[in-house]
Amino acid sequence: MSPADVRRAGQTLFDKIWSAHVVETLASDAALLYIDRHLVHEVTSPQAFDGLRVNGRRVRRPDATLAVPDHNVPTANRDQAITDPESRLQVATLVQNVADFGVPFIPLNDVRQGIVHVIGPEQGASLPGMTIVCGDSHTSTHGALGALAFGIGTSEVEHVLATQTLIQSKARSMRVRVEGQLGAGVTAKDMALYIIGRIGTGGGTGYVIEYAGEAVRSLSMAGRMTLCNMSIESGARAGLVAPDDTTFDYIRGRPMAPKGDDFDAAVAYWRTLVSDDGAVFDHEVVLDAADIAPMITWGTSPEAVIPVTGLIPDPAELTDPAIRANQARMLDYMDLAPGPILGAAVDVVFIGSCTNARIEDIRAAAAIAKDRRVADGVRALVVPGSGLVKLQAEAEGLDRILTDAGFEWREPGCSMCLGMNEDKLTPGQRCVSTSNRNFEGRQGPGGRTHLASPAMAAAAAVAGRIVDCREFG
Amino acid sequence: MQPFTTLTGVAAPLPVANVDTDKIIPARFLKTLTRTGLGRALFDGLRYDETGAERPEFVLNRDPFRKAEILIALDNFGCGSSREHAPWALADFGIRCVIAPSFADIFYNNCFKNGLLPVTLPREVCEQLMQDTELGSNARVTVDLKRQVVVRANGEEIPFQVDEGRRKALLNGLDEIAETLTRDTGITRFETGRAAREPWRPAISLES
Ligand code: SF4
Repeated sequence: MSPADVRRAGQTLFDKIWSAHVVETLASDAALLYIDRHLVHEVTSPQAFDGLRVNGRRVRRPDATLAVPDHNVPTANRDQAITDPESRLQVATLVQNVADFGVPFIPLNDVRQGIVHVIGPEQGASLPGMTIVCGDSHTSTHGALGALAFGIGTSEVEHVLATQTLIQSKARSMRVRVEGQLGAGVTAKDMALYIIGRIGTGGGTGYVIEYAGEAVRSLSMAGRMTLCNMSIESGARAGLVAPDDTTFDYIRGRPMAPKGDDFDAAVAYWRTLVSDDGAVFDHEVVLDAADIAPMITWGTSPEAVIPVTGLIPDPAELTDPAIRANQARMLDYMDLAPGPILGAAVDVVFIGSCTNARIEDIRAAAAIAKDRRVADGVRALVVPGSGLVKLQAEAEGLDRILTDAGFEWREPGCSMCLGMNEDKLTPGQRCVSTSNRNFEGRQGPGGRTHLASPAMAAAAAVAGRIVDCREFG
Repeated sequence: MQPFTTLTGVAAPLPVANVDTDKIIPARFLKTLTRTGLGRALFDGLRYDETGAERPEFVLNRDPFRKAEILIALDNFGCGSSREHAPWALADFGIRCVIAPSFADIFYNNCFKNGLLPVTLPREVCEQLMQDTELGSNARVTVDLKRQVVVRANGEEIPFQVDEGRRKALLNGLDEIAETLTRDTGITRFETGRAAREPWRPAISLES
């Protein structure tokens, strides 16, 4: 083998996608990277379109760009105008911008509308081997398809709109292998939270994580999306899973996916998108799936996570004063004390977000809700990730199961994941949420968020307190 | 973009790790259509109480830190969302430099697009700089990007590292898009070459 062959034999999946997209190598370790897909939403794009306008620039590849409103949109009364004037203006601005620049757009009243990270894969717009960006950190979701997908800021949104490229320095590579099989009642969400608990919220900084191992391979595409979605919560630039038959089966027949012979040609290429046997990672973590229980966060950082049967740690036992003060502040904000988390009374349950609002997630929630009732005094919302997820759930009768149990069945959008529309926590409310961030005030000022799986959230809704979903089998 | 060369100003200590972007600028302030005007909402939850009154204990509500141009914090500053509103809010408040032991990737990147310099220094050094701030309004810090040093109030110089490409862009206030557009031929060559090799690649199309 020539030296070049040796190097090629040792490539990671990330290396392969990266090198297939380098337009030009620039000085100081950076590359001009070609971008295959650019997803756009209303919150991080107005200033970018404005920049194009001011400089007389156009969108280079509208046919690689897809826009949808999701962050600001109301999840009820969609037949009426958006009541919040600022939200209404931001959505109207997106409508104007896509019209001015000729960008493909899914409007609010289209059944395909939904959270940008749910609809990309759903429409077949996100495919293996692609570089995919969006002005949104949870773009990492699309890595589940074996794509290099990452969030960018608004200045970079403008750069991609104008040039279809980005200036990037290559991240380091990390492989997280989860061996063995997940136990009953344990999901991809628990795996994601467990990994963040192990490596920390800064543990992935500077890395692209490839998830591998038997437990990852066994996940459905929905599960892989949940896992990759939360990569950013460990600081990682992106997360990805090598495409395999699960991936190809998922893609086949999707509206924007290649068809017929094109599909076969694509699959032949996609099958090469694996890390080679001799591939070297800058960092490797090996975990045992059997160690993972249903997880729940207790603090205001995703790394502040424990098994639901575990104990909230005592800051007094910590030696580092800065970390001790930080943990004490988290407990104070969350109004919790060291000890068991089981039994903490819950006010709100939110089942939704790009982490957990696909059909599999709604099914998991409905399985727990069936023939049960939401506890008195608890408000429980189910917000499907897209109009198509909503339709599918209704076709399966899941909406009836949920509404009969007392859950609210809403229109698709980001909703209470970040509280930009009217779905917000009020100060002091405790919420079990299937979203991805438990930062102070994330779901509304003063709100207290516990991140967990859809089954855990549904179980909390019917119990009115934090419980182990495995008891609701 | 506004260039960054040298800055001498008041440094404010924020001895907190994992300062997330929701803390820097909560989501309800992201409904704006411009890059300016977010300074008032910077650190909203920490800075104001439920009635909107200032919390006197918060550093940026105290003199001389109301005029801070430099912020010193702990690990993983800027974690969370990709919102460029975070550097916009810092810049609009008047902060042009953040010093911390580590930064979240996207935030770090976003700073350079907005004339804001993130400086990575070891935690002990950050803690030392935070102690310096207790010297009051005399505790001015200089951040010199040309020479890549932070100069403490006592004159001690602490070197720091920044990627050369980013340093140049910041020193010169480069328009990155204009730069990239000079490589247009290469981008077109990439597009046509790949379209020939992999004709199966689909375009975005909403007709069903
Ligand atoms: S659902 Fe939440 S995390 Fe996902 S894109 Fe919307 S706001 Fe961001």
